[in-house]
Amino acid sequence: RPQRGLSLQVSAALKEGRVTATELCQRCLSLIRSTKFLNAYITVAEETALKQAEESEKRYRAGQQLGVLDGIPIAVKDNFNTAGIETTCASNMLKGYISPYNATVVQKLLDQGAVLLGKTNLDEFAMGSGSTDGVFGPVRNPWSYSRQYKKKSVPKSHSEDKESNWVITGGSSGGSAAAVSSFTCFAALGSDTGGSTRNPAAHCGVVGLKPTYGLISRHGLIPLVNSMDVPGILTRCVDDAAVVLGSLAGHDPKDSTTIQDDFKPFELPNLTDVRKLSIGIPKEYHAPGLSSEILAVWSKAADLFENAGAKVTEVSLPHTRYSIVCYHVLCTAEVASNMARFDGLEYGHRSDMNKSTESMYAATRREGFNDVVRGRILSGNYFLLKQNYENYFIKAQKVRRLIANDFVKVFGSGVDILLTPTTLSDAVPYMEFIKEDNRTRSTQDDILTQAANMAGLPAINVPAALSERGLPVGLQFIGRSFQEKQLLTVAKWFEKQVKFPMIQLEEVKRHDNDVFQHQKSASFS
Amino acid sequence: QKVTVEVLDHLERLALVDFRDAEGVQRLQEAIQFADQLQEVNTDGVEPMDSVLEDRCLYLREDDVTEGNCTKELLKNAKEKVEEYFVAPPGNIPLPKLEERETFLQGS
Repeated sequence: RPQRGLSLQVSAALKEGRVTATELCQRCLSLIRSTKFLNAYITVAEETALKQAEESEKRYRAGQQLGVLDGIPIAVKDNFNTAGIETTCASNMLKGYISPYNATVVQKLLDQGAVLLGKTNLDEFAMGSGSTDGVFGPVRNPWSYSRQYKKKSVPKSHSEDKESNWVITGGSSGGSAAAVSSFTCFAALGSDTGGSTRNPAAHCGVVGLKPTYGLISRHGLIPLVNSMDVPGILTRCVDDAAVVLGSLAGHDPKDSTTIQDDFKPFELPNLTDVRKLSIGIPKEYHAPGLSSEILAVWSKAADLFENAGAKVTEVSLPHTRYSIVCYHVLCTAEVASNMARFDGLEYGHRSDMNKSTESMYAATRREGFNDVVRGRILSGNYFLLKQNYENYFIKAQKVRRLIANDFVKVFGSGVDILLTPTTLSDAVPYMEFIKEDNRTRSTQDDILTQAANMAGLPAINVPAALSERGLPVGLQFIGRSFQEKQLLTVAKWFEKQVKFPMIQLEEVKRHDNDVFQHQKSASFS
Repeated sequence: QKVTVEVLDHLERLALVDFRDAEGVQRLQEAIQFADQLQEVNTDGVEPMDSVLEDRCLYLREDDVTEGNCTKELLKNAKEKVEEYFVAPPGNIPLPKLEERETFLQGS
C-alpha cells in the first residue's frame, strides 16, 4: 500500500515526466466514458479540462508547477457554482443555468492547477441519502460491478437481469464518491449537511471528510442549511484528503461564516505510537437497525486501538436519538428560506405563466422542484408559522445546543477522538432502496452522521472492511473543532492498519489503470 | 391532530409550492408527527443555538467596492429581460383563493 498520498505520487510522476498532465486527463476522460453506466457525472467538461491539462503540462516543462495539485484531475458536485459550466443541482429548476462565477473552493483548486473534469450527480438539491432522486437519474455504486460483489451475489433466477442487482452509492454526494471510487478522478468535492459526504464515502469505499463548520468557504455552494452545510472532500486515501484540505481551508472574505484564524496546511505525520490517544465509543451509536456486521467491524476497530495501547472508553452522548428530529426541523426551516430564491426571474427555470408574479413564481416552482424539495419547503414553512415557531423551530434550536454540549462534555473529559460506525448497513440494492420514501430513508441513514453537523465538528469516514456481500463498510472518526490534523492523523493510522482492499472493477480495461501503476512503482520508502 | 385545509392553503400561498396530491399532504402530517418527538426533551433554561460559531465575532470587511460591473453576465441567465431590466409579470395581484385556483386542496 502506498506510504504517501496517491496524488503526491502522481504529482511526483508528473514532475519527473513519467506521465504528462494531458495523458492523465485523457485517461480519466476515457475512463469516464467507459463507466458512463454509473451515471456519476452530469456534465463532463472535456474541452476545458484538456485546456487546463495543457497549461499544466507547460508549467511542468518549465519547472514552474504550482504545487502538488497541479495537473491532478478532480470532479466537483453539481451544487457548486463553476464559471461557464452548467450547474444544475440535479434539478429542473437549474437546468441550463450557466454559473457566472466559481465557488471559492473551485477557484482555489483551479488556482492550484487542478484539472476540473466535470460536475457530479447528486440527489436533487442535495436532499437525500441515496443519490437516487435527481432529475438525471440515480448513481450506481461502482462496487456493484466489482469482482468482490459479483462473486458474493447469488443470482435468484436465470431471468433475473444482473443489471437490476446494482446497489446505491448513498448520498447525497453519490456522484462524487462513485467518481473517486471508479478511478475517474483523484479527488472530488462533495457537500455535507447531514452526512452527505461521509455516507456515500462509506458505501463506495473511499475517504470522506467533513471539515469543521467555518473552516472551508461555502461561497458558491448552493445552500441547503446555512448553519450546517460544509464542502466535503472525497479521496482514495487520508493523505490525499489532507492535501486537498490544505488547499481549501482558510478565511474567505466572501463567506462571513468562515473563521478568521490563520490556517496552516499540514502534512500528516506517520503515527506509530497510539498510547497517548484516548478513543471514545459513544454507546448511543449502537443504534436500532445497526447491522451485526457493522457492529462487529466497529468492535474490531475498538480492539485494534486498545491492543495498540490506546485508551478506549465507552462514553455517552445522551441526546443522540433526538439529533435526527432536531435536524429534520432545522433543515426544513432553513430550506424553506433558502429555496425562496428560486422564482424564475433572475436565473433558472421560468414558467410561461404570465398572469401575475405570484402565479408565475408558483408555477415555476411547481414545474422546477421535485416532491422531496417541495415536501421540505412545505414542512419548513409549517414549523416557521407564528403559531409553531416557539414549539418547533426555537425548541429545535435549544435541543441543538444540548446535542452540541454532549460533545463538549465528552471531549472535555479527555477523549481525543470518537469512533463510530458511519452507516447502519452496507449499500442496499436500488430496487430495495426506492421502496421507502426519501424522508424515511434520510431519517434512517443520517442517524449516525447527523450529530456532527449539529455540533459543527470535523468527521471522517475511513473504509474499514468488506461486508459479507463484498461491499465496503466504513467507520467514522469525529474530532474536536478545528483539530483536523489530529483527526486525520488518527484516521491515517487506522487506514494503515486495516489495509482496505482495492476495488476490482472488471468493466474497466486493464490498461486504463496504468496511470495508477505509477503510484505502485513510485519509489518512496 | 390533522392539519386543517385553511392551514394547508396558507402554506401553499406562503411557500408558493403546491402539495400536489394526498401523498403530499400525508407527508406533511408525518413530518409534524416526527417533529413532535422534540417535546420529549427537557429544554428548561436552555438558550436556542443559532450557530456553532456563536462565540466568535462575525467578520466585517471594509466598505470598499471590490467587484461589480457585471450586469451583462448576470442578465445572461434570465429568461425574460429588456435592456438592463429583469421583466416580471404584474405584481400586487394575490394568488387566487382556494376555490378559484387549481390546487389539489380544492377537493378537501
